[in-house]
Amino acid sequence: MRPIATTRSAAGMPTGLLAVWWIVASEIVIFGGLLGAYIMYRLSHDAWAGHAANTNTLIGTTNTLVLLTSSLFAVLAHQAAEKGDGKKAARFLMYTMAGAVAFLCIKGYEWNYEISHGMTITTNTFWSFYYTAAGIHGAHVIAGAIIMGIVAKDAAKGLELQRVELIGIYWHFVDIVWIFLFPLLYIAK
Amino acid sequence: MSEDEPHTNYVKIWAILVVLLAVSVAGPELEIWWLTLVTAFGIALVKAYVVATKFMHIDHAPKFVTYLMVTCLVFMMLFMAGSASDVFKSSGDNWYKIESDWQYMPPVAQHDEGAHAEEAGNH
Repeated sequence: MRPIATTRSAAGMPTGLLAVWWIVASEIVIFGGLLGAYIMYRLSHDAWAGHAANTNTLIGTTNTLVLLTSSLFAVLAHQAAEKGDGKKAARFLMYTMAGAVAFLCIKGYEWNYEISHGMTITTNTFWSFYYTAAGIHGAHVIAGAIIMGIVAKDAAKGLELQRVELIGIYWHFVDIVWIFLFPLLYIAK
Repeated sequence: MSEDEPHTNYVKIWAILVVLLAVSVAGPELEIWWLTLVTAFGIALVKAYVVATKFMHIDHAPKFVTYLMVTCLVFMMLFMAGSASDVFKSSGDNWYKIESDWQYMPPVAQHDEGAHAEEAGNH
């Protein structure tokens, strides 16, 4: 039996798609609030520029490139799913997952370096924001990668191909969040 | 993704995003504040728009989806603006900020050390 959300339509779109847009809307408030608070504190504390100078721009740039590329694979998976090619869609989703793993590995290396050099979540408010924002984003990357694996497993069998678009929308949003985190944490020093 | 747009060149869009990334990294290297603002944050807005429209296809979704996103963004900014005085100002009509209360941790460790020293002296 197919889940009801894939066969029912509401507000002019499948309910699964509607649910994903609602998730994105709620995430806008979560990440928007976090980034807004960061910007306000950053503007009112000149010392934060000094703390931000310790973040590694090369690592941030590499991770941005990794996420943009994974977004490309996600939209190519969507394109393949629309053509009914489940195997190709699953393959592109696996590439997207590889991007997620690469992102997390790079982040792990970066955090290991920073923590070992005394820059921890309790060092000061800047680093508290840094680890909280990047940590919540990282949790979203992990969640997205897990869901993508489940979707890819079904897509490879030609099942539930509409889910490829849904996880893609979520993944592009995770990419957009990083697009804003990147200049805030790595560029503006 | 709509049927009338089957040949969207996603690789080309990705290449544009990578070029924008390169500009956003190179611009602030010149250390001109307005250029940093434009290249780092202005380009972030452009990149986000490109991803939202070309990859997420938000422009192909029903209009209310865009309205929903914008509404969430506007309300979030309203709430942030409401709390901005707490961050930017150090005092108001009926309040003032005690800097030492939130900038520094209470000297618990020093107090403990003192207590230990006193205790050692007593022995």
